[in-house]
Amino acid sequence: MKRTCAALLLLAATCAAATEIPLAERRSSYETLSPETKAMQDDDTANPAMLWVLEGETAWSRKTGEANKSCADCHKGAGETMKGVAARYPAFNEKRNAPVDLEGRINICRTEQQKAPAFPYENRELLALSAFIARQSRGLPIESKDPRLKPFIDQGRTLFEARQGQLNLACSQCHDDNFGRKLAGIPMPQAHPTGYPVYRLEWQSLGSLQRRLRNCMIGMRTEFYPYGAPEYVALETYLMWRARGMKVESPAVRP
Amino acid sequence: MARALINVPAKAKRGEVVAIKTLISHIMETGFRHSTTGEAIPRDIITTLVVTYNNAEIFRAELSPAIAANPFLTFHTVATESGTIAFRWTGDNGYDVSEQATITVE
Repeated sequence: MKRTCAALLLLAATCAAATEIPLAERRSSYETLSPETKAMQDDDTANPAMLWVLEGETAWSRKTGEANKSCADCHKGAGETMKGVAARYPAFNEKRNAPVDLEGRINICRTEQQKAPAFPYENRELLALSAFIARQSRGLPIESKDPRLKPFIDQGRTLFEARQGQLNLACSQCHDDNFGRKLAGIPMPQAHPTGYPVYRLEWQSLGSLQRRLRNCMIGMRTEFYPYGAPEYVALETYLMWRARGMKVESPAVRP
Repeated sequence: MARALINVPAKAKRGEVVAIKTLISHIMETGFRHSTTGEAIPRDIITTLVVTYNNAEIFRAELSPAIAANPFLTFHTVATESGTIAFRWTGDNGYDVSEQATITVE
């Protein structure tokens, strides 16, 4: 009996260790970058993502749609009104009764306020706007306090921990259990979305967190969701909660 | 639309070595790739960057298909006199972008 208890305890302990990284041990994958890539991210005149930020700044005050309104017409200067916004997205949207991510929010503004067609995902102007907005939160801590997000965080966690695809692999097996060890010669990150939209050297372009999730799912040989799927938003909501308190680096550079 | 990011120090001492950084938005399509339907994607790259300092050429780069998208080029020059540093990128399909920055030498 004693032995069974001990075994059960041991099992419980390993399970606990496998589920979550203690808050103080969380690290941004910035720390595993090469000095060259770090230098690229740190210097705004060398960070290629700043090209999108500059485009976003122009798009911010461009009037568009049937309403002939620009973002700036409602939100004024992004430096003040958008400060900290990206740090708390995906945020709960009452009308939809679900969280929406930053790209989704931009498209809601676009279709409802500007009366313009929604941008397709990974569209250059959408990425430019989200990079410009996210840039206003750089250095601020990620926030996830809204209690209405709870069921979506749980859904995201379930997806994160579920084994899937031909490799029968769960996100958490790499990012919770084996971070820091190497996969194809590259240290596996803890998967904290601190720098999105991110300039990925492999993509030679800026990309959203949804594109990154899709990328992992291709690697796991699982069927990925279409862009904008609620599953992605739930994963994003969970990942932002998981990274709560960590500093926003957007737009970051990654290999 | 912002296409290029250049960083030239606004002020410098005479004779000082200054760093100049340029970053430009470009896909740098190699010409060696094929689309999902199997057609060759034609080459579309920046081929040349020429930088002049008060109309005298100080830096020239010939770019090739192996260079990544959004090329970042940085070099040093000696600040000799106040004036304009002008950048011109040219490439395939009539690509031609110019930018300039002013430098005050004391």
